[in-house]
Amino acid sequence: MEPWYEEETDESALELPAEPMRLNMGPSHPAMHGTIRMVLDLDGEVIIDVDIQPGFLHRGFEKSCERATWNQVFPYVDRLNYVSPMLNNVGFALAVEKLAGIQVPERCTWYRMILGELARIADHLTCNGAMAMELGAFTPFLWMIKARDYIWDVLEQETGARLTHSFGRIGGMAKPPTEHFKEHTLAVLPQVEEAIAESEALLLRNRIFLDRMQGVGVLKPDRALALGVTGPVLRSTGIDYDVRKTYPYMFYDQVDFDVPVGHDGDNYDRFVVRLEEIRQSIRIIRQCIERMPDKGPINVDDPRFVFPEKEAVYNTIEATIAHFKLVMEGIKVPKGEVYSYTEGGNGELGFYIVSDGSGTPYRIHVRPPCFLNLQACREMLIGYTVADIIPTFGSINMIGGECDR
Amino acid sequence: MSKQVIARLKEKFGTSVLETSDFRGDDEAVVLKTVWLEVAKFLRDDPFCAMDHYIDITAVDYPMREGPRFDVLLFVRSSTRRHRVRIRTRVHEEESLPSLVSVWPGACWSEREVFDMFGIRFDNHPDLRRILLYPEFVGHPLRKDYPIEKTQPLVPYREVPGVDKLPPFGPEMGQPWSRVDWNERLLGRDIHVSTGIGLSSGQRASVSIGPEHCVKEGEGNTQKLHE
Repeated sequence: MEPWYEEETDESALELPAEPMRLNMGPSHPAMHGTIRMVLDLDGEVIIDVDIQPGFLHRGFEKSCERATWNQVFPYVDRLNYVSPMLNNVGFALAVEKLAGIQVPERCTWYRMILGELARIADHLTCNGAMAMELGAFTPFLWMIKARDYIWDVLEQETGARLTHSFGRIGGMAKPPTEHFKEHTLAVLPQVEEAIAESEALLLRNRIFLDRMQGVGVLKPDRALALGVTGPVLRSTGIDYDVRKTYPYMFYDQVDFDVPVGHDGDNYDRFVVRLEEIRQSIRIIRQCIERMPDKGPINVDDPRFVFPEKEAVYNTIEATIAHFKLVMEGIKVPKGEVYSYTEGGNGELGFYIVSDGSGTPYRIHVRPPCFLNLQACREMLIGYTVADIIPTFGSINMIGGECDR
Repeated sequence: MSKQVIARLKEKFGTSVLETSDFRGDDEAVVLKTVWLEVAKFLRDDPFCAMDHYIDITAVDYPMREGPRFDVLLFVRSSTRRHRVRIRTRVHEEESLPSLVSVWPGACWSEREVFDMFGIRFDNHPDLRRILLYPEFVGHPLRKDYPIEKTQPLVPYREVPGVDKLPPFGPEMGQPWSRVDWNERLLGRDIHVSTGIGLSSGQRASVSIGPEHCVKEGEGNTQKLHE
């Protein structure tokens, strides 16, 4: 009987289709984190061009802010980078305080730094854990998420919410630290360190993991700068730009920490830079806890910006009026415009705010770090294979809420 | 440091630099639209400025103002010299601005966003499409005259030229939503599954089960099967 298949011929004689294939990936693709569409042009398995299309999570953040009062923006900024909302809260509060010329009390600044660094650890743990999971390493993911939960326990105790805290206020924070804040935080840090050490031991000597990370998704430093890349992605290329070090804000010039940098700019470097940044954040938190005073005001003593005590609101007419005015009309931020930038979880998180002197922002523009990092993702993908998209895209730490606003 | 950059800009471009300010420590220069691209190139290439790190481009709408309606702002910094400036220019509603993608490729998405949100066009931009919104969106939402409660028309099925897009289930193929063609059945013609579906395109074969099939227990009929 004749075989139903053709006789195998010499491979060089086979005619393969020469035309590139166009492949659509996302937005409903598990590796695209739900909100990004990539249109790939493939030559075999190799990516020759990619069109990255964000915007599927666009909610009109900037437009919504233009009809809120200044304090009502805090819940919106929570939902920008929803993995580290405290950093956004603090970043926005610092921007408005810069415009209004407010200097918050010392205790508040230390408190903000501790909460912000906790949020940064949670952010990096999520990114690294998810990156490992997408490459098939599920155990480190669970360990890192477990460590993140310990951090969220601290944040929940302080703010009452695990994810969207809405805890920042202009001129301070919503509440002073709880009684056992310091002990609780200090108890959590060793658990985080342990989780990182264990995950690292599983991953960084794993041949499969290394093969898919090292030398994949390489970004050159000069291109990274010209493309506006910031944060761990930029530092992995060897450029030591960290807003906390380069343009210190709050008390980052008074604490001792290092800025880890990579040298290849590949996925592996981005992963290791984030791991090391978690350790540096833990270092910062330990110093902050040592130096944060136990007593003292948390809010600035200025009735134009800070809500009066609830007890006074219920019992005195002056405080009732002040509270009413602040809620109904909003804080009157002086006319002007500033650009304030902090180091967010993914890089330089900038707020460009314009005030016309009324209780409502005239314009709020957020410079989302992962929007520009995602733009550079195209250069990290071209020339690699389809399978390399998953670790490379994961190492960008694209957060839809922040990227699409 | 950044003040010296502003001073150098003034020295180089003279009257094209309209005003400078340093409100709250943000060094800013307002330049004419005509020198927008030259200023950007100067900032990048001048060895003293060396603004190699692109940060952002955004815009603000001032519809009540006399003169140009929009402010377009450029934020850049230098990675080696640490200074950081903000450059501003003003454009009328119908005017366009030269694109800075040739100077900093990172400007591509920012300019697309400004076009998307404000409708400001950029000349020589390689790929000026909407970025956060979809192509059929009507209007530019960050303009002050765009009402926040405005709704958008429904977008019809998008035809893409040159792309063979097959709807997953056409009328003649695939799995029908209904297992029974009720129009046929009511006319007394067909009590079976509407066999026409899929048969014409050769995708489905009809298989007869019963009446003498074991699961039909000898006397069942096809109608029972389909109930």
